[in-house]
Amino acid sequence: MRSKFLTRAVLTAAGLAVWANVASALDISGAGATFPYPIYAKWAETYKKETGNGLNYQSIGSGGGVKQIKARTVTFGASDQPQKIADLDAAGLTQWPQVIGGIVPVINLEGVAPGTLTLDGQTLARIFLGEIVSWDDAAIKKLNPKAKLAAAPIVVVHRADGSGTTFNFTNYLSKVSADWKTKVGENSAVEWPVGIGAKGNEGVANNVANTKGAIGYVEYAYAKQNKLTFTKLVNKEGKVVSPATESFQAAASAAKWEPAAGFYEILTDEPGAKTWPITAATFILLPKQPQDEAAAGEALRFFSWAFANGGKAAEELDYIPMPKAVVALIKKSWADVKGAGGKSLAP
Amino acid sequence: MTVVAPDGRKSEGAAQVTDLTLAQKIAPTVIVDRARALDRIATIDRIFHQLTRGAAIAVLIILGGVIVSLIHGALPAIQTFGFGFLTSQAWNPVNDNFGAWPAIYGTVVTSMIAMLIAVPVGLGVATFLTELCPHPLRRPIGVAIELLAGIPSIIYGIWGLFVFAPFVQTHVQPALIAGFAGVPLLSSLFAGPPYGIGVLTASFILAIMVLPFIASISRDVFETTPPVLKEAATGIGCTTWEMMRYVVLPYSRAGVIGGVMLGLGRALGETMAVTFVIGNAHKVSPSLLAPGTTISATIANEFTEAVGDLYTSALIELGLILFVITFVVLAIARYMLMRLERMSA
Repeated sequence: MRSKFLTRAVLTAAGLAVWANVASALDISGAGATFPYPIYAKWAETYKKETGNGLNYQSIGSGGGVKQIKARTVTFGASDQPQKIADLDAAGLTQWPQVIGGIVPVINLEGVAPGTLTLDGQTLARIFLGEIVSWDDAAIKKLNPKAKLAAAPIVVVHRADGSGTTFNFTNYLSKVSADWKTKVGENSAVEWPVGIGAKGNEGVANNVANTKGAIGYVEYAYAKQNKLTFTKLVNKEGKVVSPATESFQAAASAAKWEPAAGFYEILTDEPGAKTWPITAATFILLPKQPQDEAAAGEALRFFSWAFANGGKAAEELDYIPMPKAVVALIKKSWADVKGAGGKSLAP
Repeated sequence: MTVVAPDGRKSEGAAQVTDLTLAQKIAPTVIVDRARALDRIATIDRIFHQLTRGAAIAVLIILGGVIVSLIHGALPAIQTFGFGFLTSQAWNPVNDNFGAWPAIYGTVVTSMIAMLIAVPVGLGVATFLTELCPHPLRRPIGVAIELLAGIPSIIYGIWGLFVFAPFVQTHVQPALIAGFAGVPLLSSLFAGPPYGIGVLTASFILAIMVLPFIASISRDVFETTPPVLKEAATGIGCTTWEMMRYVVLPYSRAGVIGGVMLGLGRALGETMAVTFVIGNAHKVSPSLLAPGTTISATIANEFTEAVGDLYTSALIELGLILFVITFVVLAIARYMLMRLERMSA
């Protein structure tokens, strides 16, 4: 908790410092998802040192990011929930995935160490539906024959605010449970059948850490930095996998990225023996015909630089860089971003 | 008295001196200055008058603007859901079906429980401080209570989540569940798994937050009771309880009600502390241990990420409802004060 707090504070301070002295340099602004904020801020800091050009990123949430870019008040928007191609075309936007993260179930159960309990999609859905109410339920015991599970009540913790994390999590539950699909469905906010709501990834992390018998879902970085007890999951091919860089990357490689569809791809329940079933990409939205061509061109140069040089920084903060093959596709799609004269702004 | 005539001759008491002659003789410029000064003062007065009137009108305009924009923003939700919005328990962003009842219920219930706890305790603290407390302790305790009122609500929220809720989950709630297990009505009031956070925990936090308002205002108004009345009561053999009950409280009831209403206003609108510990679940549960939500907590949590016009509109309508609830509470308080004044007159 403290280390994450410090990281954030330092990054925020750095962001402010960057922001404060870019008045003369070329300034780009972005707004949107909170989940990738730490890595965007880190990239912006390094990029500023190398090029002198700054980035001001406001982590106001995915919904806000989409609203802002549609109103053209920022250079680019960022969202954890990809926009459908019809919406993109209507708003004159192009979209691509920038970085990948994993969503992990986290629990607070006495005597259970991180990464030792196994759950599958069905069981997870039934817990979040309120059908499994005790930790010694037969379904959990069957998946964990060796674990000592007490008859403690399960406390479900979910997001109280709308969130791309919730979208990806409920999308996964809808894919693996017909019951979930009909009763609850998928969205950035849903009508939760049970449980307590908390604001933000950090809110869910804190509530799980403070409530005995709790289960929640957070981005992997939050689980790791808060030292929460994450679980293993059974993936589409029936293999038990742990959340880790390799298993998130396996999901990203298994996905079929379609530039024509605005890279609309939700990385949940992807095939592959090593694939982590709830992986999520976070997306960038950019106008195809930007009003401020210089800023849009600079934004593309920034993201191009991030694809080339930002991988290590991303991994240090527990994000997963996009696979090389996908990056090539993304860069090709940038030809769509054109200035007033019809000239491509891609670097 | 020496008078100097226009021709410069001095005459001793020869002419009757009046204000008029004096003015004509010596000070035409002074007169003009005086008129100017008076004019200036009048202008400043007028400006001051306009400024204060402007400020008062600005308040009305802002209030009107808030009401108009709330109604305007809530219009899509009002048209879609009608009066059913007030009673519906749905809160489903997936298929855009919203209802305000869980939030209204949570707001009213948490505030009521908080007042049930805070009013007796607050009045007790005030009584102790004014009547029973040894003099050297009065100031430290009084200052401590005022400090309690100055703590930002987010601190109460963090304390509630990290310290109070785990304590409630492991110690208070299991005892409540076990203790009331067989009792009809009460067993359903204190039923369910101990989550730690929930409606009851939020009410406790709210009670702690409004306590200093009630205690310090009550103390101040208790102190306005003329000593002669209290001495008379003691003189005819009243106990401290009887003196408080029959002399001090009736004398200061208007102020006490004002303090209670101020506390209730804070409890109704409190956002951050409640958001941390209430559980933010759009459900009406008979059990006080279950998670719930309030109007302000719902708005604070969901407004930034509310996608779609109807969702945003439903949240604004919640704001409008809170506005109406607060207005009704204030109106009731005013009415009670008016009746009290009439009764005592």
